[in-house]
Amino acid sequence: MPAPARAVFEARGLTKTYHMGDVAVQALRGVDLDLYAGEFVVLLGPSGSGKSTLLNILGGLDAPTSGTVRYGDRDLTRFDDAELTRYRREHIGFVFQFYNLIPSLTAAENIALVTDIARDPMPPREALDLVGLRERADHFPSQLSGGEQQRVAIARAVAKRPDVLLCDEPTGALDVATGVMVLEALTRINRDLGTAAAVITHNAVIASIADRVVALSGGRIASVHRNEHKARPSDLTW
Amino acid sequence: MTALHTKLLRDLARMWTQLLAAALVMACGVGMLTMAVSTHSSLAAARDRYYERYRFPDVFAHLKRAPAHLRDRLAEIPGVARVVTRVVAEVNLDVPDLPEPAIGRLISVPDRPPYGLGELHLRRGRLPEPGHDSEVVASEGFAEAHGFGPGATVNAVINGRLRKLTIVGIGLSPEYVYQVRPGDALPDDRRYGVFWMLYRELAPAFDMDGAFNDIAIALTPGATEAAVIARTDRLTEPYGGQGAYGVREQTSDQFLRNELDQLRIMSIFPPTVFMSATAFILNIVFSRLVRTQREQVAALKAFGYTSAAIAVHYLQMALLVAAIGSALGVLIGWLLGLHLTGMYTRFYRFPAFAFTLDPRAVLLAISAASGAAILGTLGAVGRAAALPPAQAMRPEAPADYRRTVVERLGVQRAFGPSGRMVLRHLERQPVRALLSLTGISLAAAVLVVGGFMQGSIDYLMDFMFFTTQRQDMTITFTNPASPSAADEAARLPGVLATETFRAIPARIRAGPRSRLQGVIGLPAEPALNRVVDERGRPVRMPGEGVLLSAILADLLGVRAGDTVTLEVLEGQRPVTTIPVAAVVQSYIGTAAYMDAAALNRLLREGPVISGAYLRVDPAASGALYATLKQTPAVASVTVKQAALQSFRDTIAGNILQMRLFNVIFAGIIAFGVIYNSARVSFAERAHELATLRILGFRRAEASGILLGELAVLTILAIPPGLLLGRTLAHILSNIMGGETIRIPAVVTPASYAFAVTVIIAAAIISGLVVRRAVDTLNLVEVLKTKG
Ligand SMILES: Nc1ncnc2c1ncn2[C@@H]1O[C@H](COP(=O)(O)OP(=O)(O)OP(=O)(O)O)[C@@H](O)[C@H]1O
Ligand SMILES: [Mg+2]
Repeated sequence: MPAPARAVFEARGLTKTYHMGDVAVQALRGVDLDLYAGEFVVLLGPSGSGKSTLLNILGGLDAPTSGTVRYGDRDLTRFDDAELTRYRREHIGFVFQFYNLIPSLTAAENIALVTDIARDPMPPREALDLVGLRERADHFPSQLSGGEQQRVAIARAVAKRPDVLLCDEPTGALDVATGVMVLEALTRINRDLGTAAAVITHNAVIASIADRVVALSGGRIASVHRNEHKARPSDLTW
Repeated sequence: MTALHTKLLRDLARMWTQLLAAALVMACGVGMLTMAVSTHSSLAAARDRYYERYRFPDVFAHLKRAPAHLRDRLAEIPGVARVVTRVVAEVNLDVPDLPEPAIGRLISVPDRPPYGLGELHLRRGRLPEPGHDSEVVASEGFAEAHGFGPGATVNAVINGRLRKLTIVGIGLSPEYVYQVRPGDALPDDRRYGVFWMLYRELAPAFDMDGAFNDIAIALTPGATEAAVIARTDRLTEPYGGQGAYGVREQTSDQFLRNELDQLRIMSIFPPTVFMSATAFILNIVFSRLVRTQREQVAALKAFGYTSAAIAVHYLQMALLVAAIGSALGVLIGWLLGLHLTGMYTRFYRFPAFAFTLDPRAVLLAISAASGAAILGTLGAVGRAAALPPAQAMRPEAPADYRRTVVERLGVQRAFGPSGRMVLRHLERQPVRALLSLTGISLAAAVLVVGGFMQGSIDYLMDFMFFTTQRQDMTITFTNPASPSAADEAARLPGVLATETFRAIPARIRAGPRSRLQGVIGLPAEPALNRVVDERGRPVRMPGEGVLLSAILADLLGVRAGDTVTLEVLEGQRPVTTIPVAAVVQSYIGTAAYMDAAALNRLLREGPVISGAYLRVDPAASGALYATLKQTPAVASVTVKQAALQSFRDTIAGNILQMRLFNVIFAGIIAFGVIYNSARVSFAERAHELATLRILGFRRAEASGILLGELAVLTILAIPPGLLLGRTLAHILSNIMGGETIRIPAVVTPASYAFAVTVIIAAAIISGLVVRRAVDTLNLVEVLKTKG
């Protein structure tokens, strides 16, 4: 399979240092990474290896200590707060490990929260269709299971038709069957809408559904592996 | 409606009790502000309109007797626009339904209006007509107090002869908006009335034909009042002038001004307290709201909501509270204003006095409410806006607990695990604990301030009517008399003891300041009308020097040891420089005292007296009154019991009514603060409590942790709160002190007990609500949705 022509992100020499009192924690120690349009990438690595840090920087949630991130023809690291906000609003869809649904809003309303401010969103119910939860549109988060909440979160992330989906351990809190359902939702969106996706996981098994697997270790990229044959989520066991 | 608005409404619905508590406190502040400002402008407008339309004079003077032509000389004084001369006399009245004699102030008027200055407003009936005998217009207050309409009659002792006056009309005058006998502090409509009678009838009765004894002057714009007063004094001096004075010393206007001043204070002090309390409550509520919605906010920002959008979102919520508080508050203010105005119409008589809601007041109140809401939430809103979006990816770090100081002292064995949790929680969030503590303390302080009036009124009454005035009755003689008059008085039926006094009109000057102030000469050691110092100890009359009441000393800007110039405005009109021997206590009105013998010497007269204080056997008072009513030599009779009664009925009643509002409002603050502190404390720890319940804690054990915390805070907060309340009461009584009345700051044990009771009640009720919340905690749900 030829490498896709267009890189959505080009990250170069990313470092990130957290200072906690006298202690400096080097979360990233020089990461170069490209993400291509329509690609499905899995980020693997032990706890504390810097996965979330990397994803947050790519998503414009956090700024690197040094290095650049090109998005299209622009450098994210030069964005001010307002530009970062617009960037997230227009291009990025986030899925968090803890769903981060607004408990006081129903599933549909949680999605509306994003479509309200997007340029060309899909209707919230259509987004729920993508994750197979249309009939739960009017349910509050507390009335949904963890997996259902995460699927709502995915619907919320894709409803704005983002260029990139960034997911931090979307299945971290879920059992196998539920995790599979969530992953199926993600791969379907990647396939059908052509949305590039970067998904963090601890679970090496999940890596087999990716186009590319990037392994981090100690704040560096340890290896990059391209899957010749992508597995389907329903084939996974763990 | 956007999804964010939906979230706003749902959050509001979820927290409605807390927000309503804040809105209620705010409503109190808005209400007070609206009421005070609106009533102020209504009262001021009524006064200004009345003064202008009915030509309220600028300068006043009283004298013994001057020929009519002096009027022309007065009119020639530069700066004088108009002069009206008249005969004014106080007489003893025999009112059919009143056992004791009353006092009537008779004022002469020309045959036909307009009178030039101080026009009459006729409420009912007609004006006296030439050719009819002894017709008068009676003041409305007096007529109402006795249920008199046109046709009623009262007997007056006029110049020693009993005369029946027929009331033909009921009227008002701008000079008597507040109808109180000059020198008296309180109105007594039953025993004091003003009557307008034709000059052609009144003057001959007092040997004033072709003469006058009272002057009202209107100034031209730009005229100097002081200059006109000085010229008037010079012109009237040969005729026994008792000193001209301006509006500032006009009794009725003084009271009106005092009332307006108090309304101004009411528009600042209480609303500030309420708005601060609201800001405080909103601060607690929003700080915790933003804390628990930390991940929600971070997610919103991750989705591309701007910091400004987040700030607006929370500010909208705060402003909605302000809007509800304002709407409710304006309503409260309107009702309170109507009520207060209704109360005022019993004291302040205007042709028309209606409460109008001042749009400026509403605007001001709404701005203040919004300001308080924004100020109170600014910190939390700012924190929400500044929250880095990366937080959404990460669960909140566990709070950093450590062993408390108390535990390190080694007394932990005294506490069970729950007790230790209470201590650790309090110690881990010292700022929050301190904030709650401050809030509860403030609530206690406000309760003390709101309730302190009761003690003050009691103290005031006790001071006036028992500590100082030990006489039952005061009589004044028509003319200065020899001491034998007192002996005669002593022989009247039922009189147990007498004490004589000398009273003279005078002007006291201290540097550039001056006051018309009568001086009372008392025996060296007064036993009936006592004078006391600040600590309530009786004061001897000094051999030399004058005693000034505290209010007077303040007005003149002098202290004990200073000297003042005393200008006697009677007899040979001696002028002397005299030391202020001491400043004596008084709460209502001004007074100056001297040794009677020294006063007699100053006046170069014998042991002349003006009147006597009597102690009377209550059983014989009927006979005594009957005799006094018929005694021409007695010009006036003042009965203490009557004054006390009238004080109780009117002023005290009204002040206590205002106190009731204060107390209700203070109670709302107390509940608002404590309830919210408890709720927030619960919400912050719902997760932890649910966990404890799952671990096997019983309901009571779980809620005990919260209740213990609330109890500790409440108990710690009460003592400083009471202390602060005492200080605030003193400050308030100082700034409320006017020229006419001072409210002593007396906080009784009952006031403290009341404050403590309300605080504890608020704590218990809030505790019960929280306990119910803990009892009904949905364990599964709490664990499923975090925070
Ligand atoms: N806000 C922060 N302050 C200080 N240190 C941080 C902060 N965020 C992350 N770190 C540190 O940076 C390193 C990388 O963190 P990161 O969250 O990126 O790891 P991760 O690979 O996502 O781990 P996990 O799989 O456990 O989520 C860790 O050592 C972490 O302790
Ligand atoms: Mg992580």
